[in-house]
Formats: sequence, C-alpha cells, structure tokens
Amino acid sequence: MSTVSLRAPSISPATAPPRRRLLTRLPAAFALLPTALIVLIVYIGCMLWTVRLSFTSSTLLPKLDWVGLAQYSRLFANDRFLTSAENIVIFGFLFISGCLILGFLLAVFIDQNVRGEGLFRTLFLYPYAMSFVVTGVAWQWFLNPGLGLQKLVRDMGFPNFTFDWLVNQDMAIYTIVIAGLWHGSGLTMAILLAGLRGVDNDLWKAARVDGVPTWRVYASIILPLLRPMIVTATVLLATGVVKLYDLVVAMTLGGPGIATEVPAKFVMDHLFERNNIALGTAAATIMLVAVISILAPWVYMKYVRREGRHA
Amino acid sequence: MRLKKRISAYTLAFAFASTTAAFAQQKAEVLHWWTSAGESASVKVFADQFTKAGGTWVDNAIAGGANARTAGINRMVGGNPPTMMQFNTGKQFDELVSNELVRDVEQQAKAGKWRELMPKPIVDATVRNGKFYAVPVNIHGQNWMFYNTKVFADAGLEVPKTFPELVATGEKLKAKGVIPIALGGQPNWEHNLFRAVVVGHGGADMFRKLYGARDQATVKSSKFKETVELFGKMRALVDPGSPGRNWNDATALVITNKAAMHFNGDWAKGEFIAAGQTAGKEYGCALVGEGGGKLVIGGDVFVFPVTKDKAQTATQDKLIEVLLDPTSQIEFNKKKGSIPVRMDVDVSSMDTCAQKSHAVLKDPANQVEAMEMLSTPNFSGAMQDAVTQYWNNANMTADAFIEKILGAMRDAS
Repeated sequence: MSTVSLRAPSISPATAPPRRRLLTRLPAAFALLPTALIVLIVYIGCMLWTVRLSFTSSTLLPKLDWVGLAQYSRLFANDRFLTSAENIVIFGFLFISGCLILGFLLAVFIDQNVRGEGLFRTLFLYPYAMSFVVTGVAWQWFLNPGLGLQKLVRDMGFPNFTFDWLVNQDMAIYTIVIAGLWHGSGLTMAILLAGLRGVDNDLWKAARVDGVPTWRVYASIILPLLRPMIVTATVLLATGVVKLYDLVVAMTLGGPGIATEVPAKFVMDHLFERNNIALGTAAATIMLVAVISILAPWVYMKYVRREGRHA
Repeated sequence: MRLKKRISAYTLAFAFASTTAAFAQQKAEVLHWWTSAGESASVKVFADQFTKAGGTWVDNAIAGGANARTAGINRMVGGNPPTMMQFNTGKQFDELVSNELVRDVEQQAKAGKWRELMPKPIVDATVRNGKFYAVPVNIHGQNWMFYNTKVFADAGLEVPKTFPELVATGEKLKAKGVIPIALGGQPNWEHNLFRAVVVGHGGADMFRKLYGARDQATVKSSKFKETVELFGKMRALVDPGSPGRNWNDATALVITNKAAMHFNGDWAKGEFIAAGQTAGKEYGCALVGEGGGKLVIGGDVFVFPVTKDKAQTATQDKLIEVLLDPTSQIEFNKKKGSIPVRMDVDVSSMDTCAQKSHAVLKDPANQVEAMEMLSTPNFSGAMQDAVTQYWNNANMTADAFIEKILGAMRDAS
C-alpha cells in the first residue's frame, strides 16, 4: 500500500534502556535537524507570513498594518479571480480524470505485448520530458487558427473547417486541458504500466479458466489492485493542477480576455507586476485553504480515524 | 615558523583584497532588462562611453521587466544593491524613494538645468518631494500608428487622421481583404490601443482624469461613452488570429503588406529597421486624433541605490554624466528607437519618425504623460483586466464596460 506511516518504528522500551535509546537516536535526530528547520522556517514560516500579509494593505513592500478581511472582500468581487477559480476547477477535474483514463488505456494497450513496445513507451512518455513552456508554445502554434490545424485542414480542401477554440472565449480553457493531457498522460501511463506489470499472471489464468470476460477482469480485479498507483498518479497530477501557471502564460497569457486566467497567475501578477502584495497573498491564502480543505478529509480518513479504531 | 607563515598568508590575502577594492573603485554594476538585440546594442553605447571615461561596466541584464525589478528591489532591501538600476518612468520606484533606498540627484539636476531641458511630464515623473530621484535617459512615444504606405496606396485610401475616420477606412480595407489593424492580442497591447483611442478621441484631459484623478464623472460622460464605442467598433477590424499574438508578430503583418495599421510604441521601429525598411518610405508613422494628435510619452530612467561606499557614490556621479552626454544620448536613442530626453540636442541625424516625435514634443500641449506616471500599477492592472474583457467579448456593451471601469476605480488601491 502507499500508506506512509508517520509513526516511528516502535522499538520496544523493554529491550533497550532509555539512555541508550537516546544515544542511538541522537545522530538520527541531528541528521534530520536541518530538514526539520527548513520545513519549519521556510515552508511553515513563509506560509504564516503569507497569511499575515493578506490581512494588511501592503503594496510594493510588505507593511504590517491590519485591515481585516478587506482584501478578501475585494478578491471575491474581482471578476478575474472568480474566473480563475472556476477555470482551475474545470481544468483540475478534466485534467486529472482525463490523464487517468488516457493513461490507463495507453498502459493497457502497451501491456498487450504489442510489437515495438519500447518505441511506444518512449513516444507516450516523451511529452512529459518537455517543459510546460515548450508545450504551451507548441500547442499555441498548432491550435492558432491562422497557422496550425485549422489552416492545414482548410488548405487540404475543406474551406469550412473551423477549429478556433484557442481564440474563442468559451472554449479556450479546454485547449489548455488538451495541452495538459498531452503532457501528463504519458507519466500516468508509465506509473500504471508498472502496476499492470506487477499483477500476478495466475490471476489472469484463473479468470480465464472461470470464463470471465477481459473487460470485467480489468474493471473488477486489476483496477482495485492498481489503487496505490492510481493514488500516486492522482497526487502527482493534482500538484500540477495547483501550480498551473507556465502552461497558461506560454499558451494564452490568460486570454482571450480573462478566459483562461488561473489562480497562480493571479497571485504572480499581483505580487510582482501590480505591486499589490496584499491582494496577491489573499489569493494565495485562498488557494492554500482550498488545498487544505480537499486534503483534510483524506488525511482524517487515513490517519486520524484509523488511530481511533486501534485504540 | 608556522605562525609566521600563517600571518604572512593573511597579510597577503588582505593586501590582495584591498588592491581589488582599489581596482573596483570605478566598477559599476548596472541592472537592466534590455535583452533584445536592438536593446542590448543601445545599452552598449552607455557601456562603451563609460569605459572610455575610465570606468568598468559590469552588465547585469535580466530578461523581463518585472523579473529585473523584483531582483533589483530584493537586493536593495537586502543591502547589496547594484550601482545603477533601470526603471520605467512612473510610480514603480515611489516606495524606494519613500523608504530612502535610492539617492537623490538634485545637485546634478540643478547644475545641468534638467528642468529646462526635459519635457515636463518626464520631469514630473522623476521628481519626488521637489528633488530628482532618477536620471531619465530617453522618451518613448506609446501611441504611434504605424502604417503600410503600399497597402494604402493600392487601396486608394487616405491615411486616417481621427478615430471615426479610422473606423470607416478600416471597414473599407477589410472589404478589400486586408487586415485593417494588426494587433498583438495580449492584455497589455489591447490596453495600449485603448489608451491611444482615449487620448486621441477623448483628449489629454480625459486621459488624465481617467488614469490620474480616477474621476467618475468623466467616465460617466457622453464623450467617454462615444470613445468606448469607437474602441468597441475596432474589435471588428482585427483578424481572428489576433488573441495571444506577440506584438512583434503583429508588426510583421504590416511589414509584409498583410495589414494596414498597427498601434504601438516607437520601439516597434526596430522591427521595421530589422526588415530593412525606412521610415517615410515603406512605412509611415502618424498620431491619430483630433487636432493632430497628442503623444503619450514615457521612458526609461536609472536610479542610484543609496550606498555608504564613497567610491561607489563617485562611480554613480560619473555614470550620470555619461548618461546625459549629448553624444551618448543621440547614439543610444538611435539604437533604442526612442528620442533624446534632452530637447536641446540636434536630432537631424535621426529618422523621420524620431524627428516628428521631437517636433511634436516641442509644444508642451502635445505632451501627455504615460499611464505609468499617472496611475498605480494596481489600478492600471485592474483597467487592463476590464479592457481585455471588453475587447475580447463582442457582445459586451459599452455600458457594461464603463460599469467595470467604475468598479476598478472604487476597488483598486
């Protein structure tokens, strides 16, 4: 299972006297100290600092006054932030589910012992080796109505063919999803393929003896077995969703209009271009709260409730 | 013996350190974001002049204005500032002044009579509390209309002089299969076009009241609505490939005879020059607007971070001399596409667009300070969000847009 236990390996207190236990643990504690400090000061510290700044009226430089929730009421009256929030939900849902479905299908396809497996594997994983900026620029060219796909098909003799999602306000966010899927599916495939390869062949034989149809084996036996891999892939993809920024900047710069704005871009623009640290940190705090509120039930299920049951 | 050896090693190290310090006296680290080919060629003019004057120029170019400013401000706050750092005219360095992180150059300004030599908007943009806190080096016009002379000649049309004319001409050009307006469809260029329309059709006063005073009555006036509706009509004059396009790709459409007009700052000249075209021949530049048009001007300045090191202060003084020297001014601005900040230098060796710019600015009534000088980055950003929404949504009415502007005026700090 993917469960990473947070409890220290239990050394039974009866076998080692407390003093020796301390001595053996000391070097380990020292070795971990720098990491612990970095986590405490850099991550937690910066997090608290960000939250604190969101209650101020800081502009270019941080200022430690107190304006209460003024920045938050501005934030939720801001069209651009609301569009950003909506977009990240659309992108997050479609990107994660799309990557999982495509990745799984690709993995199953490769697992059929196709000829040239190595070639296909490389081919599918290759986009992941690209940075989001390169991905964004490439897809911007490909989807540009005057340069890419639309022009190509029209030149081939279909003058009425239209594919202008990139410059269409209602559809532009889906072009970001398409580019994201192209980029992320390969990685999901690699993770799930590793899982598929780990499935015991006897399971397949037994299912075949029982005359279970193949799709049923995948749905009822293989998928549950792949759960840890799916969780891993989902977590990796989800971090990609939260930090979505460079793909949008390279591909649409948030446009047309504000159609493809995302929260991370809102934060970056307000912190570094618009000299509005307070509003930027307020948006960052909302992002943090959103992530925590998605993670909290999961952490509760995984750790808190289980501990409770043991007691 | 061992001790002696160690001491001599220390002395040697110390001597070494102090000699490098002595060498470093005239070493200037310059932080700027002029990274494109034309820009780095122009900054090299300053570097060469400084070297000629006996200094050592350490070039620290960081791509992207926002990145460079963030890096520079962090270093100033952290106590390890560069010798000299670029900014744009405007409010970008206001807080650096109020936090006493940059030094004033009032002494040099008085001696050099900067207030008499430079246009008032530029002076106002660099003076805080009655003192110069930065050295302006150039003037950029932001609302030029570049046009393709061949396209207009072939279509048998006159180059429009006002915005209502421009919309009418644009529709005729469109009917002939030419792209009337080439636009880099990114929020800041859409906003730049909007400002050109406001200053051209609404006038300098409306422009100042909108961005500077944030006067709600102006925004509710019928003249403003008319201006906004004209801007709205221009939505139909760009090609469908415009959203997301880079500004230089838009300029290229004019260069290659595909588009007729292109609004941009005079930095776009660099693209025409690189394509081997000459101002006044293959392309022209004009100011669109009632009464011949006004020029929205901004520019680049250098600030000098406060330092306790006397040698560094002396280096800074020398840099100031180099920046405003007439020869460096002409040579720098030829390469940069801007015009000299000193109105007393002879511009006859520059191209026709630069000469036109210089002539227009001779009349103070034509000088309009750029948005960056009037407005906070935050309000400009909120305006940009409103403009890009209006521009990209053909169904959005002028009233809805005006409502958004009023909202931005209330909310943005």
